[in-house]
Amino acid sequence: MQYNLPADLQYVETDEWLRIEGDEAIVGITDYAQSALGDIVFLELPEVGDTFTAGQTYGVIESVKASSDLYAPVDCEVLAVNSPLIDNQEPINSDPYGDGWMLRIKITGGTDQLLDVAAYTKSVEERDH
Amino acid sequence: MLKRTPLYQRHTALGARMIDFGGWEMPVQYSGLMAEHQAVRNSAGLFDISHMGRFSISGHDAQRFLQYVVTCDISGLSVGQSSYGLLCNDQGGIIDDVFVYCLPSEYLVVVNASNREKDWNWLQRRSTGFDVDMQDLSDRWAMLALQGPQAEALFCNSPTMQHTGLETLPFHEIALFGFFGVNGLIARTGYTGEDGFEIFCDAHRAELVWDALLALGPPDSVLPCGLGARDSTRFEACLALYGNEISEATNPYEARLGWVVKLDKGDFIGSTALREIKAAGVERKLVGFELAERGVARGGYLIHDLSGQPVGHVTTGMPSPTLNKPLGMGYVPTALSTEGSEFHVIIREKPVRARVVKMPFYKPRYKR
Repeated sequence: MQYNLPADLQYVETDEWLRIEGDEAIVGITDYAQSALGDIVFLELPEVGDTFTAGQTYGVIESVKASSDLYAPVDCEVLAVNSPLIDNQEPINSDPYGDGWMLRIKITGGTDQLLDVAAYTKSVEERDH
Repeated sequence: MLKRTPLYQRHTALGARMIDFGGWEMPVQYSGLMAEHQAVRNSAGLFDISHMGRFSISGHDAQRFLQYVVTCDISGLSVGQSSYGLLCNDQGGIIDDVFVYCLPSEYLVVVNASNREKDWNWLQRRSTGFDVDMQDLSDRWAMLALQGPQAEALFCNSPTMQHTGLETLPFHEIALFGFFGVNGLIARTGYTGEDGFEIFCDAHRAELVWDALLALGPPDSVLPCGLGARDSTRFEACLALYGNEISEATNPYEARLGWVVKLDKGDFIGSTALREIKAAGVERKLVGFELAERGVARGGYLIHDLSGQPVGHVTTGMPSPTLNKPLGMGYVPTALSTEGSEFHVIIREKPVRARVVKMPFYKPRYKR
């Protein structure tokens, strides 16, 4: 299957994307993740000021058929959450890199673990058979 | 290597997302679970259910044998009628839930995909002393389900079905029809809580029949539907799924399937144990519940009573697309099984309050 994986973003294996702007970043889930989950109907996001280490669960996302954790892609502090998504999750499916964004974070650790689009595409292809 | 149905090529061509379902490579969704679910509730959806098992049982003792292995009473079935029943073990545990169709010279038993081998071996082993001939027709026949409030109109108004009398086929009956130049069986049965048909045809004709059913009515009247929508529709109608609500570790009475157990029909496998279980009363019961707080319960999550003691588990849970709220089914102690009873579902280590509601969540709209 073909997924929209923009070249200007960074990715992690757990299917989050980051748009890095200086020491801040916008975080969401990838087109592959939203497609695999199907129509999303429930979302739990953290509070502004919460801090996470890379790989730690920061939220929960649920579709009719499955429930999935959301993982912090880097060590971070939450600067803002996309709270309208709590009541209407539709943008996560329809616009995962735009209105479906989830967090604005301050990056407080390293970013070496992040994947570029080529590495993430490979990871998706290996799992999506 | 996963097994594939005769419609595998159709699924991939339609862009379905395929998953491993009990050893079968099956479509979980095509256009999207929600759209498919709505199609079944509002118009019509088409499912490939060829992965299910289809056994023919004939011979002099066919009826006597089936009476011995299923919990329902099939002695009253006329040709063309069917009955939902359970295969139970000697302890009263549920080996499988099955549909028994009475055909002119044989019985057709439809079993769950995940239990095909187990059921076959069980029936073989228990047939000693009976003059029966068992045939596994699963690979020779395909099976499709056309389900939804428009299923009848779309199918019966198609040129191929006009004047065949399909619209008069009663609920849970089966008959031989010709459709799209193919001969096969059509039953008014299903697993969605809607009116609809299950269609049996030769595996070699499956693609032709699938294509023709998808093309019924104006474009996009019939949506191909995957296992996701099959699960969400059967869940809303509170139809048991083997492996979730029922298993060898559950008995029919706690699963609220006591109505399928006909103790007065004479002895059958499990009847002694089932009589005892019924007389003693059950310690736990399957209930339907809604969540009073935010969260989604999923199969396998623990249920605690309000004092924090683990007392049961969730069998199936999801956000109900039709009722638009998270619902669940699960086993709780009988004392907590009455409507309005409250307990906690443990969601990610957090107790979330749940309340017992009436089942089914969605009242089936069968044509009777």
